[in-house]
Amino acid sequence: MRTFTIGIIAGLVAMMAIFGSARAGTTLDTVRAHDMLTCGVNTGLAGFAQPDSKGVWTGLDVDTCKAVAAALLGSPDKTKFVPLNAQQRFPALQSGEIDLLTRNTTWTLPRDSSAGFNFAPVTYYDGQGFMAKKALNLKSAKELSGATICVQQGTTTELNLADYFRANKLELKPLVFVELAEAEQAFFADRCDAYTTDASGLASTRAAKAGSPDDYMILPERISKEPLAPVVRHGDDAFFDIVKWVVYALIEAEERGITQANVDEMKASQDPNIMRLLGTTPGMGEALGLDPEWAVRAIKAVGNYGEIFARNVGAGSPLKLERGLNALWTNGGLMYAMPIR
Amino acid sequence: MADRPTQAEPPPLARGPLAWARRHLFNTWYNAILTLGALYLIALGLKAAINWMIVNAVWTGSGADCHASMGEGACWALIAEKHRFILFGTYPYEEQWRPALAIGLFVVAAGLSTWRRLWSRALIASWFALLMVLALLLHGGVLGMSVVRTELWGGLPLTILLSVVGIGLSLPLAILLALGRRSSMPLIRAVSVGYIELVRGVPLISILFMASVMFPLFLPEGLTIDKLLRAQVGIILFSAAYLAEVVRGGLQAIPAGQYEAADALGLGYWRKMRLVILPQALKFVIPPLVNSFIATFKDTSLVIIIGLYDLLGAARTATNDPVWRAFTTEGYIFVAAIFFVFCSFMSRYSRRLERGTGERRSP
Repeated sequence: MRTFTIGIIAGLVAMMAIFGSARAGTTLDTVRAHDMLTCGVNTGLAGFAQPDSKGVWTGLDVDTCKAVAAALLGSPDKTKFVPLNAQQRFPALQSGEIDLLTRNTTWTLPRDSSAGFNFAPVTYYDGQGFMAKKALNLKSAKELSGATICVQQGTTTELNLADYFRANKLELKPLVFVELAEAEQAFFADRCDAYTTDASGLASTRAAKAGSPDDYMILPERISKEPLAPVVRHGDDAFFDIVKWVVYALIEAEERGITQANVDEMKASQDPNIMRLLGTTPGMGEALGLDPEWAVRAIKAVGNYGEIFARNVGAGSPLKLERGLNALWTNGGLMYAMPIR
Repeated sequence: MADRPTQAEPPPLARGPLAWARRHLFNTWYNAILTLGALYLIALGLKAAINWMIVNAVWTGSGADCHASMGEGACWALIAEKHRFILFGTYPYEEQWRPALAIGLFVVAAGLSTWRRLWSRALIASWFALLMVLALLLHGGVLGMSVVRTELWGGLPLTILLSVVGIGLSLPLAILLALGRRSSMPLIRAVSVGYIELVRGVPLISILFMASVMFPLFLPEGLTIDKLLRAQVGIILFSAAYLAEVVRGGLQAIPAGQYEAADALGLGYWRKMRLVILPQALKFVIPPLVNSFIATFKDTSLVIIIGLYDLLGAARTATNDPVWRAFTTEGYIFVAAIFFVFCSFMSRYSRRLERGTGERRSP
């Protein structure tokens, strides 16, 4: 028995030696040493992280990771995606299993402080909304008093719903389901007047499951704030800076009209803002500990923020989400890059 | 001419299937109504099923084609589009011949192993060799094959790997635990009982969860263990606790006389167990053992909660695609068919095995 136990331990140690990988020093050192950026992503959320028919990861979160890899390591292919569920994501980041968490994670105070994480700029502003039949002629969620509302049980969605109705003194008649799919089905079978979940989820449900998507509308109210942002560990300032400014660079690129296709021509631009961003005027990349071409590579890899949005969740995707809060600040949205100068 | 009683012909409906039906299905008026009603319902169900599965089904095309006949016919175009993701998960597309070949080799080897004339120690050794070859084939890095990291393994090969290695390694561990539980040495007995009761007291899902979420936090800085390996060890440890109790059941069925006879022959503990007790004990418990094997095979689908795409998880992820999201049922049917083939093979083979070894022990 004892030899057996010793054998097992020896076997495990040997396995560790084979499969294990050493992480020493900062995340930046590790990523450079492995020449590979490991990102935690959703196990499957259309538009954000989803393997396609060939098993290739696609989505907005996936593109964020690729952009960072392109800026830092020179190629968007130097990425490794680890699918994680909601409970696993923070331990995986904490233990060093992943370097960067790009998994539609809501930025909250405890996560940003006591939990030991830092949030890079928001890549998608989501919020809970309502979907209803167009035939009901609703203009606002405030008209939902007394209406039956399909909702998934035990989620923050359910709590937000109750809070919103209480705050607005509306009469709440929820129809609660354990599974999201059941709630959706009940809504399309006309068992309730409205259905509530995050706005991005509403749009994808409408696109996928409604018999005729045009019969349904998403009401304008957002009753909760769900800013989704990439996450890094505390104490990795240099890496945090890079992630942060890659996201800003993608947003800035959209504002300056730099696209995946024209980025090389844009290098000839005489606009000082563009010259600083694309490294024609050096200084910015060096400040981050990167080379001057960092932003060029990121934009070439995945396009500017507008292109990423359109391809994954916007007009060019089955989800057909509107920009809304995710429009540039110049168009009335919240996407605002800090000055790159 | 003597007036001999002639034997009457049996009424035309006394034998044959018609008679059987009359006796069992139409013997009273209410049974007749029930039978006709049930037949009608079965026919309705069959018709709907055939219409849905075959007649109105969409076999090829895009998600839009499927949406057109939503609710009327099955969307097998989903399988046409996604079968490689469901079968192989995120394994690199161009390299998927490797897992396909691995499954082929495995099925052939499993088929050959059912042939009793091949049973020998060499067979066990060649299984170890085969598993090594399969692992190399999947992992690559030799013979010019590119390295495919274990996080990318998925689908059917992952399900087979987790369950075969899980079953193969948990059985020896289970035998040791069962012997330990019946040992006369208090420490070994306590350890075995403690282990078995502890593991049986928690669900597999929590063991996997601890292996994947909590375990890495306890490791020293700079050390990470492969996620697949952690899940595999979790499955082995879990399944061993259950199998141990099955094996113990077999051990208890062996009469004391067998132990005494083995002692009288002067056999030591291990030889007594190996030559006399275990061969008989294991034979008794083939049905519950196979039961546990099948359960383990199906339990492997729980690894989705730690982010590994087994067959079921891959199917679920594939139907997450917004274009195909309305057709999860078809994905589940496809996976159910694959699971059914493997599980029914195991149970049929175990029945054959029982017949082959099943001479009743006479007291």
